[in-house]
Amino acid sequence: MPYRVTYRGQSYTFADLATLLAKASPFRSGDVLAGIAADSAVERAVAQSVLADVALTDFIEHPLIAPESDEVSRYLLESHRPEAFATVAHLTVGGLRDHLLDEATGSVELSALAWGLTPEMVAAVSKLMRNQDLIAVARKCHVVTSFRNTLGLPGHFATRIQPNHPTDDPRGILASTVDGLSLGAGDAVIGVNPAGDGPEPVIAVSHLLAELIERYRIPTQSCVLAHVRHTLTAIEAGAPVDLVFQSIGGSEALNRGFGIDIALLDEAYAAGLSLERGTVGQNVMYFETGQGSALSAGAHHGIDQQTMEARTYGLARRYEPLLVNSVVGFIGPEYLYDGKQIIRAGLEDHFCGKLLGLPMGVDVCHTNHAEADSDDMDTLLTLLGVAGVNYVMGVPGTDDVMLGYQSTSFHDAVYLREVLDLRPAPEFEVWLESMGVMQGGRLTPDSSQPLLEGHRELAP
Amino acid sequence: MNSLPDPTPDDPWAPLRAATPAPIGLGRVGTAPSLSSVLTLRAAHADARDAVWTPPDWPGIEQGLTEAAIPWLSARSQAPDRATYLLRPDLGRLLAADSRAAVAGQRANYDLSIVLVDGLSGAALTHHGAALARALFAWGRRRSWRLAPVVCVSQGRVAIGDDIGATLGADLAVVVIGERPGLSAADSLGIYLTFAPRVGRMDSERNCISNVRPGGLPIDRAAELAEAYAVAARQQGLTGTDLRVELPNSAPTHSPGVGGAAASARRHDGGSGTGTPSLPSSGSAARKE
Repeated sequence: MPYRVTYRGQSYTFADLATLLAKASPFRSGDVLAGIAADSAVERAVAQSVLADVALTDFIEHPLIAPESDEVSRYLLESHRPEAFATVAHLTVGGLRDHLLDEATGSVELSALAWGLTPEMVAAVSKLMRNQDLIAVARKCHVVTSFRNTLGLPGHFATRIQPNHPTDDPRGILASTVDGLSLGAGDAVIGVNPAGDGPEPVIAVSHLLAELIERYRIPTQSCVLAHVRHTLTAIEAGAPVDLVFQSIGGSEALNRGFGIDIALLDEAYAAGLSLERGTVGQNVMYFETGQGSALSAGAHHGIDQQTMEARTYGLARRYEPLLVNSVVGFIGPEYLYDGKQIIRAGLEDHFCGKLLGLPMGVDVCHTNHAEADSDDMDTLLTLLGVAGVNYVMGVPGTDDVMLGYQSTSFHDAVYLREVLDLRPAPEFEVWLESMGVMQGGRLTPDSSQPLLEGHRELAP
Repeated sequence: MNSLPDPTPDDPWAPLRAATPAPIGLGRVGTAPSLSSVLTLRAAHADARDAVWTPPDWPGIEQGLTEAAIPWLSARSQAPDRATYLLRPDLGRLLAADSRAAVAGQRANYDLSIVLVDGLSGAALTHHGAALARALFAWGRRRSWRLAPVVCVSQGRVAIGDDIGATLGADLAVVVIGERPGLSAADSLGIYLTFAPRVGRMDSERNCISNVRPGGLPIDRAAELAEAYAVAARQQGLTGTDLRVELPNSAPTHSPGVGGAAASARRHDGGSGTGTPSLPSSGSAARKE
């Protein structure tokens, strides 16, 4: 169904909803690469005006990808809850924007709305919103999850320790982990991207981290970010797997590129639950996502990268994950060219995920061939802190020595907690205090001393 | 750990530092790391930025080839400049028209085509490109393989080796390319081997050796590994996931740099549009399928 409008005497036609969404999307290199971006700034502005008047029901009546040919689309349609949608069913996209920003719409109302909104509605409304709108609404969304601690509580902010090592050396992984713990990081997860392939690194690193967590009674969880098939093999072999990880996408074709489908994710979810390793809760899944991954796999169906990303979140929430994060700047400048585009995308992803009910974190990161630097990352990190991000990554000194990109450091998290008065997960903070790392919500003067000197075995 | 000094009370981080190249134990001033560590990281980022934006010293590289009596020719991709190159990976995979004509002028039956590509690190080519090409050429000559002239490519991606190999009429293309620079190293080379190169080959149809640099995988060792892959590729008539290789001196499969299929394609291409989604944790298994 084409959308037509005349503006200053010139007529504009947008062939369908996918075209309209792409043309209305804030400028980014990936949509240009895909050949679907607005041809001019005016066309973009016109598309946004047209999009504002589109009824939300249009998104249900006109799926962007035919459900017959895409299992993700089928799930997105099936999982939509009309009773939750009822409060906004009469609205346009522009009306939804106003509803979200309204002071009368608080965290309870937003939480009740989550399953009534489809990812495409959420993507659409984000395109009409300024950065401050994305922050203001996301801040009202509280998504709380738990495994061995409680994540996402208002006033709290968590970090993943990402102790990657180029050869998965256990001493090297442990060294970076101790660095993180001594700076108060690690409540979201201690999560390793293995350098090696196959189930062996999953088994080895899971055992390593489980021993550490058990020995020091750390109220946190571990994860090895390997392909879900390897994690399943590791679980069968008896490995102590806390969280089951997978990269996922918003179309069946993209997920095929990742070597997965919904049936496999279902199997992995069941396997994770069966271990019953959580003590506070049973959110056992960890997903990573990112704008541009669909186009990079030729699986975007002519849909803009931000909408494809929101569809990914629609799939993620099937599994009640403990953690979801967008790896926003990893993909490179052909998808997000510079700091401005990375910052915008990070805020969009956090907003869309939160509105759909996901415990969103963001990997605030960039590659060295993007037009971005640590100042841009500081800006995005601070904005996300204000927006109430559940967690960010922590690598020593911002340098991931295995994956070769810059993410946020343990110090960055210390900074964010200080300037925004945020606390770690409550159970984790109690532990940090018991270890002498933190007191009264602040790191002790030499917070690394207690761990290093009291526990020589940590420095093998 | 026997060879390391005992930890001293002054620096309890010493044994931990020895276990990882990650910059741990940076200290803290308020909420910030020490100024010296900030400045060190900034300098590393500057190295990486310059590596991306500074072209290779092609005259120096070409002189290095000439001195070893290695024939060469220059070529460029369809990306007219660096900014376009970064935004349009598709253009970096194809030869410009005049370059295709020049390469076609050298067409013959070759066993091996070696291609030097700037990729994302001109510095890597400048520092190690000629040396690696010479090491590769040395075993090619020793084995009496028919060797195509080395093609030196500006603004290229890995897959331009497919275009070049096919245009030259080579059975095997070996692309030596500057990898996406990191903070730890801005001058790493990657080696990609593709049997029966032609436009449209998938990453899963290549084999990759990455992190080639002194301090990473040394040049001579990388050339030796490439030889093992190349010999196996010729015997089995393929490269990629299905290639079976016995690596000389039982190189550990997880050592930095030695990959089976092109699992490290992310280092230079950031998603190639050839069927492999691009996320850091997508897992090499997905890449091989």
